[in-house]
Amino acid sequence: MDTPMPESMDTPLAVRARGITRFFGDVVALDGVDLDVALGRIHGVVGPNGAGKTTLLGLLLGLAVADGGSLEILGAPVRRALAAADGVAGFVDGPGLYPSLTARRNLAALAALRGQDRDAAGIDEVLSEVGLTDVADDRVRGFSLGMRQRLGLAAALLTRPRLLVLDEPVNGLDPAGKNHVHRVLTGLAADGAAVVLSSHRMDDVDALCSEVTIVSRGRVSFSGPVDKLRAESGEVAYRLVTQDSGAAREVVLATTGVHLDDRPAVGQRASGDALVIRAAVEALDELVARLVAAGVAVRELAPVVSPLEAAFLALTEQPEDDR
Amino acid sequence: MTATIAAPATADRRIPVSRGYRFELVKLLSQWRLRILILACWIVPAALVSEVSKQSTLPADTLFGRWMHATGWAGSLVVLGFAGTYVLPLLTSLVAGDVFAAEDRLGTWRHLLVAIRSPQRIFAAKALASLTVIALLVAGLAISSAAGALVVGNRPLIGLDGQTIAPADAAVKVLIAWLCAFAPTLALAGIGLLGSVTLGRSPMGLLLPAVAGLGMAGAQILPLPVAVRVALPSYGFIAWRGLFTSPAQVGPLLVAVVVSLLWAAVATGLAYWLFLRRDFTNVTADGLVRRTLTVGVLPLAVVFGLTIGVLSLSAPEARGSGIDQGKLQQSLTTTYANLYVLQTKQLHRPNVSEAQLRASAFCDNGGGLVASTGPGNGWRCTVTWHLPGVGNAVGQAVYQLDVTPDGRYVADGDGPIQVNGYFLVRTPAGDAANPLWQFDGTVDLLATKG
Repeated sequence: MDTPMPESMDTPLAVRARGITRFFGDVVALDGVDLDVALGRIHGVVGPNGAGKTTLLGLLLGLAVADGGSLEILGAPVRRALAAADGVAGFVDGPGLYPSLTARRNLAALAALRGQDRDAAGIDEVLSEVGLTDVADDRVRGFSLGMRQRLGLAAALLTRPRLLVLDEPVNGLDPAGKNHVHRVLTGLAADGAAVVLSSHRMDDVDALCSEVTIVSRGRVSFSGPVDKLRAESGEVAYRLVTQDSGAAREVVLATTGVHLDDRPAVGQRASGDALVIRAAVEALDELVARLVAAGVAVRELAPVVSPLEAAFLALTEQPEDDR
Repeated sequence: MTATIAAPATADRRIPVSRGYRFELVKLLSQWRLRILILACWIVPAALVSEVSKQSTLPADTLFGRWMHATGWAGSLVVLGFAGTYVLPLLTSLVAGDVFAAEDRLGTWRHLLVAIRSPQRIFAAKALASLTVIALLVAGLAISSAAGALVVGNRPLIGLDGQTIAPADAAVKVLIAWLCAFAPTLALAGIGLLGSVTLGRSPMGLLLPAVAGLGMAGAQILPLPVAVRVALPSYGFIAWRGLFTSPAQVGPLLVAVVVSLLWAAVATGLAYWLFLRRDFTNVTADGLVRRTLTVGVLPLAVVFGLTIGVLSLSAPEARGSGIDQGKLQQSLTTTYANLYVLQTKQLHRPNVSEAQLRASAFCDNGGGLVASTGPGNGWRCTVTWHLPGVGNAVGQAVYQLDVTPDGRYVADGDGPIQVNGYFLVRTPAGDAANPLWQFDGTVDLLATKG
């Protein structure tokens, strides 16, 4: 298991967890989880379904207290449930919204519950930030999943959090909505807040997070910078399309470190011209040079799954084809 | 080495319960279902009392129903009787039975907890908000049905022992009756909170007060010992009728109110205890169904059992049906004398007082073939009274009594027809049936043998 990357003395931690355990009856939901999240960073928590991501995020939000280990949130030790410091906001299992209330009323109620003055709470500003100004006075009942997600984010932003904890925040968002949320989260981190988000989509993690923690069966399989995870991907499957697949096949077979994969790749379009190969990055460079030298034009060379996703699948012991 | 930041100072900030209370009210009142209910409670009773009072056939099988032509206050009591059996259990179901379960349904528990950070204050806010809405609904029923008095007529009410109650006194008694009925409503609300907390989004959580209310109302019509009947909160929906006798049957009423408040406190306390122990990070545990029987039902069963024990020890009458020959004879004598005086006035005969009548009654059950105790429709009574101004001449009137297990009886005149047969008399409200023809009465189930 990788241990959390130590931060420099100049980077204060928003979350410091050591040996966190959590049980649900006989089920071990978290088993000795360590986690460091620095302020000003976006940290992804990924893992297969049932890995313990939501439980971990629930602990960060203070919804429960760990059965073992120590947890510090924004510098304060958390020893009992619902005692998380001010400055922590977010949601797990989807944003909690009341469908019979309008978007604005939902936020106003939340502001009032948190002791904020309704007028000074900045409701219009956060609605604008997440792009929901036009529907501010519509009942949430009619909102799509993506709009609910964005309103949930607005509710979290209302408190100007220093630690934002979000469970699958881009779930259900269209590309435009996703970009909106990405912009908001990136801006928040740039302003010095820490963001912890869970996702099962590695492309979102790749686009947003500087650090990632992979949780599998309640344990941390990897924790560190995204670049480091990418480098650990090892051999990755690539789809190779050339102008002469027969010649390309011969070159592939002759190149050391490159293996032809004859199994049909899941999700790939059937094509007589496409080859699926497995190789590390260095071997791939050699293959391209050989193809060019052999006069075989390369039309497409792309990973079947991203290196990040391949690393994730390897670390969580899921074959790619089971995705 | 890792740097950490200074701990924020406001980790223990307390949000006043009033903010959570306001939010809970906003949520409840934003539901169309509840808005319609509130409107209905404030409008329908007045319309119902007004409309029924215009009909030629009155709901005589309901207590005070036969007097709905005579005074508007009778209409309010008819509504109270109906509400106690059917409406109030349903209303508490829809409000208290749903106030916690709604968060499970919407998936908003974690959101609420992160915002308020105190299950204690969340519980208090929800319980107070549901109590407020229930009070609003009950107040609507009471005020609206009483408003029917203005439409039908603010005239004297005939009590359950035949005495004439002045309109102002009737208004006060009706108000007290509604207040007393609020106690068992609170008990059902407590059961609703308990069901809502323990059963989560299961429909049974929502239905629990209604099922419990209807079940306990059903128990009141079974021939159970008085102690069992009075130990149930539903007796509070019946005991108010003791206010309309003279002297008032205060004992059973006070016991009913105390029992109801005890149930309300225990059920709410259990709901609170269970709510604080709920794990909100475990997404699969939206309710505590397995605990319901052991932690929810068992303590209430103990309260029920203890109440039965205390009543049985302190009032020997409570071990039986509470209905016997002496009580019926005494009640029938008083009621007959009072109604005779009323009839005399309505027929414009010379005034006579109850004392002058020197009335007495003899009742037996089943023609003497069965014991003269307990409920049933085999009771036959003969009332004897001295005819005013005719020396020592006495009159006799026969009644068939249908006595229900809750102590209410309906006396049906069986002759002579000139005294207790069906004929019309002129009253301030118009022509009405002879008051001695059929009338309602009640006996005090907890009183010692008559």
